[in-house]
Amino acid sequence: MKVEQISIFIENKSGRLAEVTRILGETGINIRALSLADTSDFGILRLIVNDGAKATTVLKESGFTVSKTEVVAVEVPDRPGGLSAILQTLDREAINVEYMYAFVERCGENAVIIFRFDETDKAIAVLQAQKFNILDGSRLYDV
Amino acid sequence: MFFNEEFETLPRPALEALQLKRLQATLERVYANVPFYKASFDAVGIKPSVVAHLDDLQKVPFTTKQDMRDSYPYRLFAAPMDEIIRIHASSGTTGKPTVVGYTKKDIATWSELMARSFVAAGAHRGDIIHNAYGYGLFTGGLGAHYGAEMLGASVIPISGGNTKRQIMIMQDFGSTVLTCTPSYSLFMAEEAQAEGIDFRNLKLRVGIFGAEPWSEAMRAEIEAKLNLSAIDIYGLSEIMGPGVAIECIEAKRGLHIWEDHFIPEIINPETGELLPEGERGELVITTITKQGIPLIRYRTRDITSLTYEPCICGRTHARITRMSGRSDDMLIIRGVNVFPSQIEAILVGIEGIEPHYMLIVDRQGTLDTLTVQVEVSELLFSDEIKVLQALARRVEKEIKDMLGVTCTAKLVEPKTIQRSEGKAKRVTDNRKL
Repeated sequence: MKVEQISIFIENKSGRLAEVTRILGETGINIRALSLADTSDFGILRLIVNDGAKATTVLKESGFTVSKTEVVAVEVPDRPGGLSAILQTLDREAINVEYMYAFVERCGENAVIIFRFDETDKAIAVLQAQKFNILDGSRLYDV
Repeated sequence: MFFNEEFETLPRPALEALQLKRLQATLERVYANVPFYKASFDAVGIKPSVVAHLDDLQKVPFTTKQDMRDSYPYRLFAAPMDEIIRIHASSGTTGKPTVVGYTKKDIATWSELMARSFVAAGAHRGDIIHNAYGYGLFTGGLGAHYGAEMLGASVIPISGGNTKRQIMIMQDFGSTVLTCTPSYSLFMAEEAQAEGIDFRNLKLRVGIFGAEPWSEAMRAEIEAKLNLSAIDIYGLSEIMGPGVAIECIEAKRGLHIWEDHFIPEIINPETGELLPEGERGELVITTITKQGIPLIRYRTRDITSLTYEPCICGRTHARITRMSGRSDDMLIIRGVNVFPSQIEAILVGIEGIEPHYMLIVDRQGTLDTLTVQVEVSELLFSDEIKVLQALARRVEKEIKDMLGVTCTAKLVEPKTIQRSEGKAKRVTDNRKL
């Protein structure tokens, strides 16, 4: 029920993002979803790719600091209030969203949002109890 | 103008005779009272009586900052504690400061030498001395203060910081002499300009600047911006504090070192060999009148040269040239002494930080800046921005708390800091001095 995300530390200087995508492209790794969080000095590039283990290896070999994080992919009805319903559920249970970003592709009629929670397992249980659809990693890596 | 004309203009033969007599007495005193010196003299098989001429000083071993650390806090003192009336300290590489103690006579000597320095710089009784050196364990503030009082000038003990208030007071109190670090004087000039205050309307006539290295180009800038005559002063707490040597306003070429109290030598820092007059090397100072903590052949690590050429001011005391660097890796950042090893010790104390760091010193506008680059290892890395930012703030806070220096911590990608074989290059100093 969890999705593996890789996070890469990137200094805020020109060419670093291009370097990451070049390495992944040359290794035949496909980026399924991404988000970039940045400050004036550095950024964190978060990726969901089709082969996380391989991506981690090649990026580390090129000297990047890479870590794995478990995130949750939730199907969100693609209509007004769709995301709001999910967030209200989480709020009632006092689960914090550390960050979230949208998946590139849709899943049928629905959008897909990637969430990083402070309590991942509890969040999954709460969302499933409310009949929200949580997508398994294997479905995302090879959409 | 002189403060103590007789001693400041003593003919060389008389000055050297006085030095020899005082040196011999000092050697006897430390050999009898300080176990460290007895051991170091015995180790090379000499007695204080080995010094029959000034040249014989070469036979005596050096004293280093490490020796002072090893003797922390009081073991190099040559006077009993009930004769010590003041204690100062400077920061040390392991968190332990270097401690010095002064007897009543030492304070009187220091005050006189600082008063002599004020007069050499062109100050006199009736001047209003705005003393913006820090007061506290640092010798700058109190050293200049006591000298100003002995001179009979009016001293404003403003200490450092609160620049707007400093400028207001200089303006309203009619300060005529300014004492602070050269970089702080330029910072004041900027602040004053921002406030719409023109230094030409102030009464400042002389500025006495020290505690950090500066250049002739900076002198020209300070003189133009603050509308005063800028004088270089040298001192270090181990030897006494400010007022060990000073430029005379007549020549502004080299700093007269008060030779009736200190014997200067210039050595090759690699070999320890004595270098001839005029050659550049490390300054070594022997104190010949100090009671609290006399130091024999103390290696200052400051690079300079020495000249005995007569000076137009009439002083017979030798001159050292402006300090041009250090023979160790000590950095002086806004007047604070910082060794890279101190920062390393702080970084390795923070969990997960690998010893790959780089210190970048720069000067933005007029103030020194220190950037500490830290590589983000897997142990440190988090995919949350706030965690990484908190880490950078923690590095900054610990360095500020331990060393008193404000810095910016910057997280960088691994392997971006240059690896080198042997001694790693830890410091990039971009200041153009």
